[in-house]
Amino acid sequence: MATRLQPARHNQLVLDCPLPLDSGAAVASPAIAYEAYGRLNDARDNAILICHALTMDQYVASTHPVTGKPGWWAKVVRPGGVIDTDRYHVICANVIGSCMGSSGPASDDPGSGQPYAMRFPVVTIGDMVRAQAMLLDRLGIARLHAVVGGSMGGMQALAWAAHYPDRVDRALIIASAARHSAQNIAFHEVGRQAIMADPNWRGGDYYASGEPPTKGLAVARMAAHITYLSEAGLTEKFGRQLQDREAKTFGFDADFQVESYLRHQGISFVDRFDANSYLYITRAMDYFDLGDPHGGRLADAFRQSPVRFGLVSFDSDWLYPTAESRRIVQALHAAGAQASFVELSSPFGHDAFLLDSPELWRLISGFIEAGR
Amino acid sequence: MTASEPARLRPDLALIAAQVPPGARVLDVGCGDGTLMAALRDGRNADVRGLEIDPANVAAAMERGLAVVQGDANRDLADYPAGGFDYAILSQTLQTTERPDRIVDELLRIAPRAFVSFPNFAHWRVRLALMWGGRMPVTRLLPVAWYETPNIHHVTVSDFRDLLRSRGIGVERAWFLSGDRPASDAAASWRAEHAIFLISRK
Repeated sequence: MATRLQPARHNQLVLDCPLPLDSGAAVASPAIAYEAYGRLNDARDNAILICHALTMDQYVASTHPVTGKPGWWAKVVRPGGVIDTDRYHVICANVIGSCMGSSGPASDDPGSGQPYAMRFPVVTIGDMVRAQAMLLDRLGIARLHAVVGGSMGGMQALAWAAHYPDRVDRALIIASAARHSAQNIAFHEVGRQAIMADPNWRGGDYYASGEPPTKGLAVARMAAHITYLSEAGLTEKFGRQLQDREAKTFGFDADFQVESYLRHQGISFVDRFDANSYLYITRAMDYFDLGDPHGGRLADAFRQSPVRFGLVSFDSDWLYPTAESRRIVQALHAAGAQASFVELSSPFGHDAFLLDSPELWRLISGFIEAGR
Repeated sequence: MTASEPARLRPDLALIAAQVPPGARVLDVGCGDGTLMAALRDGRNADVRGLEIDPANVAAAMERGLAVVQGDANRDLADYPAGGFDYAILSQTLQTTERPDRIVDELLRIAPRAFVSFPNFAHWRVRLALMWGGRMPVTRLLPVAWYETPNIHHVTVSDFRDLLRSRGIGVERAWFLSGDRPASDAAASWRAEHAIFLISRK
């Protein structure tokens, strides 16, 4: 992969059968990269699948091979932790379409030997979950004690419960939704257009050039990052503070701390993420609507589901607001499924689910242990 | 959860818990931190769900592994399908709702039977406070001053019976507590501090 992404080796499994996709297309022999922690017990009933969000990856509890940073949920998933790897076998797989070892637009097309780029088929949340199910088949895990995810990971957890109700005991859905809202699609479109407007994008065929569309991807990340925060959080953190200067410069440098922070977010993102993957994964989220195949009746996706559902929202999250979680709860009630729901208070917006939150952690651990 | 836990239940909750048949599907409206739910789950093997407005209580119940949804009974009971439960429970909450009459209707839409318990506003201490003190009573079961009390619809045993009659709702059984001990039906109107009704559509 001739991008600015440093080549990294990932723990990877290549399936010898095609992955059928919701679009009708298929990925011939898909690679699925994953990380696993803790021992699978002899009964094979202690597996927990963690589904990652849009720009996260399988490095939930291990050092990221590109950034060298600790896993994105290392404080949660650890021996003796909230999700205790001394007791549970925890798996996290890189979603299909991504760029951390699972098949995606940056992977080589076996037909041409060249990167797929935009010739990679469009994938959906359902396709990501189907790929994970095939991975678990291969790993000999028929049933999951729990599937857990925040944001896009929550969409996957919901899709798991809807599509494989007999393989999931519990589904914990944090700061997520059963369908992508018009506002969320709109923000994603801004990000995609920023990437496509970068002359280096070249219709997606930038891998050989050595010049990926980093400017466009950085702008996409900056716009998206704002949606992960809250006005109160931004005000508290940055206010109108100036960046390393006493006075405004009457120019267009990053005078304000918040500008500098966003630019840093954008610049550091391009070192670890592929622009085409960003296009594909945001598209998968936009297409997500679990009620759609049921004429809009979300409850029909969960009719008599045996899965225990837990939902958590954050009061300052305007990207996946509490109303979206409530809509799921209403559908679960109508479907006769068992659901818990709580709205937690946090000033940090959508990002709250990734931050240190003992309140959330106690909920996760209580939910995972329940009925065990 | 130990076997002795149900013994520590509030007397009205213990009474309700003892009446719920094993394996019943129960919705506890205003379930607090899930104390009664846990007793029903562990003692009666009930399939029990809860609705609770206070997020800290919901979190506490979820941490106990209970299925509790954060919501407002005034609004969110409408989300529950008709006949989805065997019993609905509304314990010490009726007097805090915006429209107790509609809540009672909702309970009996969701389940064929409902337990409803409330502090009796015609208890003699309450009567004395009003008659001799000329002030809104502050008692053990109604401990908050009038200006900050969540109890916005005070109700007496007789009022509740009238409401049920006017809506064609039957009383299967009623229990009255005075100082946490049973009180006789005959003098319930003024002796009962606390009333528990098991109601159903006639």
